[in-house]
Amino acid sequence: MTPTDIAAPDYFHKVVDCQWACPAHTPVPEYIRLIAAGRYSDAYMINWRSNVFPGILGRTCDRPCEPACRRVRVEEEAVAICRLKRVAADYKDDIKGRLPKPAAVKNGKRVALVGAGPASLTVARDLAPLGYTCVVFDGDTRAGGMMRTQIPKFRLPDSVIDEETGYVLDLGVEFRSGSRVDSMKALLAEGFDAVVVGCGAPRGRDLDIPGRREAADNIHIGIEWLASVSFNHVERIGRRVIVLGGGNTAMDCCRSARRLGGEDVKVVVRSGFEEMKASPWEKEDAAREGIPIHNFLVPKEFTHAGGKLTGVTFEKVKAEYDAKGRRKLVPAGEPDVHFECDDVLVAVGQENAFPWIERDTGIAFDAHGMPVIDKVTLQSTNPKVFFAGDAAFGPKNIIWAVAHGHEAAVSIDKWLHNEDVAHRPQPAVTLVSQKMGIHEWSYKNEVMPDERYAVPHRDNAAALADIAAEVELGFDAKLALAEAGRCLNCDVQTVFSAPLCIECDACVDVCPMDCITFTQDGEEADLRQRLRAPATNLAQDLYVADGLKTGRVMAKDEDVCLHCGLCAERCPTGAWDMNKFYLEVAQAGPACR
Amino acid sequence: MTYLAKPKFHHPSLPKNAIGFTRRDYEASTSTLCAGCGHDSISAAIIEACFELAIEPHRVAKISGIGCSSKTPDYFLGASHGFNSVHGRMPSVLTGANLANRDLIYLGVSGDGDSASIGLGQFAHSMRRGVNMTYIVENNGVYGLTKGQFSATADRGSKSKKGVVNTDNAIDLVAMALQLGASFVARSFSGDKGQLVPIIKAAIEHGGAALIDVISPCIAFNNHPGSTKSLDYVRAHNEAVNRLDVLLGREPITVDYAPGEVVSVTQHDGSVLRLRKLNDDYDPRDRLAAMDFLQQQAAEGQIVTGLLFIDPDAEDLHANLNTVRAPLNQLGDAALCPGSAALDKINASLR
Repeated sequence: MTPTDIAAPDYFHKVVDCQWACPAHTPVPEYIRLIAAGRYSDAYMINWRSNVFPGILGRTCDRPCEPACRRVRVEEEAVAICRLKRVAADYKDDIKGRLPKPAAVKNGKRVALVGAGPASLTVARDLAPLGYTCVVFDGDTRAGGMMRTQIPKFRLPDSVIDEETGYVLDLGVEFRSGSRVDSMKALLAEGFDAVVVGCGAPRGRDLDIPGRREAADNIHIGIEWLASVSFNHVERIGRRVIVLGGGNTAMDCCRSARRLGGEDVKVVVRSGFEEMKASPWEKEDAAREGIPIHNFLVPKEFTHAGGKLTGVTFEKVKAEYDAKGRRKLVPAGEPDVHFECDDVLVAVGQENAFPWIERDTGIAFDAHGMPVIDKVTLQSTNPKVFFAGDAAFGPKNIIWAVAHGHEAAVSIDKWLHNEDVAHRPQPAVTLVSQKMGIHEWSYKNEVMPDERYAVPHRDNAAALADIAAEVELGFDAKLALAEAGRCLNCDVQTVFSAPLCIECDACVDVCPMDCITFTQDGEEADLRQRLRAPATNLAQDLYVADGLKTGRVMAKDEDVCLHCGLCAERCPTGAWDMNKFYLEVAQAGPACR
Repeated sequence: MTYLAKPKFHHPSLPKNAIGFTRRDYEASTSTLCAGCGHDSISAAIIEACFELAIEPHRVAKISGIGCSSKTPDYFLGASHGFNSVHGRMPSVLTGANLANRDLIYLGVSGDGDSASIGLGQFAHSMRRGVNMTYIVENNGVYGLTKGQFSATADRGSKSKKGVVNTDNAIDLVAMALQLGASFVARSFSGDKGQLVPIIKAAIEHGGAALIDVISPCIAFNNHPGSTKSLDYVRAHNEAVNRLDVLLGREPITVDYAPGEVVSVTQHDGSVLRLRKLNDDYDPRDRLAAMDFLQQQAAEGQIVTGLLFIDPDAEDLHANLNTVRAPLNQLGDAALCPGSAALDKINASLR
């Protein structure tokens, strides 16, 4: 098979599973090492540069990095990457002096940003220091968008949002709070050079079943209800509450309801428990607060008496899979189930809504009402207008919004410098040996089985008594050090040099995971079967090098490599070396033009 | 030399053998030999062989002398018995242990200094007595522990790392073992586990004195262009006469070979050794031809490897001495020391 080109940035990037899985490609192992070293501010700044909201994300991120973590494949549970990020935010010193300064000279270009959520603020963060005049519009008085309105305070305190949105607004960004944009046409008429639509997916999906209208007073749309709770417009809910839906919004709804007088709160989902969209840890949090989840129940009717909601009737279903493995929910043929309740929260999904974008502004929309935009550049059919975050491709999460923000900023920066936006900048990559001496490496490579450490929680009774009391208390320094020690340092790469290799087999013999094989070359599918341990995880690459004296190839399966460095330590000639791979995604600025 | 312990993690698909152990269960403490040492590869091959044979580690006694090679029993089979004996005296200690308990599997681990210099007499007598053991010589041609002087197996004309030419003739332990009556004689190379592992398995299954001379390049002192025991030299001059498959009695034979290509040898314990011939004229059951062939190839500078000689009907020291089937260490006092009446009877028979 073709020898591996390790100079291509993607090759080693993929080996750092967490960083590869992160939409913003935050250099995770690097900041975890800094946390272990007690350098919280440095760890925070790496995060801040990459994902803009480390304190917020350290509490609320959807953590695509964690299922990707190599610890899952060699042990069981991922490194608590997300909660370590929070450690950096919690224990950092005052980092204001390390932030960019507002541009001393403006470049004369004006960018309007619709919505003060993570997507818009990321664009502003990247562009304002470059001299762009960034104007953020939001109907609310404070910045944060849905991070502030939809995430309950017991998960994300206002102070954290204030701090991190503040860092962005302090870069000389103009924030027009309480000023909702009602017309794209009017906005474009103000003469902005570019417009970023970062208004999220603001409409909660409704459930149009019998009884919906009659019992409307006690049926609430989840995200609207959460926003009302956030603004203290709602302070009570009935004693018995049913939450419909199985996503993270449903989890936020049920846990909020528990704190506002809901004693008997239950979640009811159409799907099976396992297939629920909510993150496993959010389901665990709900369970810890005594909230049962009933599955395979499809809501059929809201029952009511005298104009007042009395409960919900559900049809029991079961899952059936067709030949292609697609799931279909079919009636189970059992009697319907009726749960009594005082209030229902409907959290069955969110939709985009752009009633304020006139259809004659040059922005094309598809049949589903979504804007037609380039997946990479995020540019709409009106080249001045860019979409980012949930507004671009429908509801995702904060870290995707940040990633979009960075890309939109690059596009705008190039566009306004008359460059081809389709031509994307390469990431900045370094690869540096970590060898300090014969047996000394600049990273901790004693890899041991070590189970994930739990984040301490506030006592349940105290947590349920106050909707603003943060439930998770975060790791203390000692726990953070222990958890950081679980990181396998996947960014410290095994780098092989065939001309130096004498084929003594020392690396093959010592590798605890049987990753390395010297064998006759072959096609990849054949080679994968002939390795010391078969390489069955096709998502993980083989590292193949030729040029050996015997004519064989070195084939290393990256899948379960522990990055312990024993191959390099046992190598008599330095043919193996451990090199730290550091990749930073290019951000807007002169370097990427 | 490694200071890091090997992590306890293993590959998720790591197989188990018939008695439920993984290959990792046959490992021991971390090697302190130089990085790249051929001896570490031999340790790995012993681990592989014992795993594949599904040997219970506590049924093995590993006995060694002094030297780099003799340190290695610390790096494999951590749950086995071990005796790191006096320099060159491994064969005597092993013979004694074997006489006391014939039920264990004996691995004698030695080097070229330990066996061909100080222990040459011990080596010779253990071979001629037919002690049931696997005698592994980790042969690198230098004294690595004392920084690279020529050993007794270094070829005449080969060069030291500093460029000094060796003027002494080499001792060929394989030729000696053949001459001394060893019933299993093989030579292999630490850099070819595909050949070495089956040979170790066959030797363990063999019921007599089995010698394996393993060329094991010393990366620190004897892996340079003037050496005849370097990785490159051995690879370039390796004259392998056969490839070996070891089949335990219960395993079905699944691979077919054309007639004439394969020699099957059934050993005493029922294990079948299947030798795929690489050299058409070589018959490993012919001791005299083997000796001839070795001499011819040696004269041409070739290193003959493979299973060079096997006597499948070998008898060992216990058979020669007509000892009882039960291990002596399990006999009671009455059996071991039958008393003065029995002695009188023996004495009377000699008068």
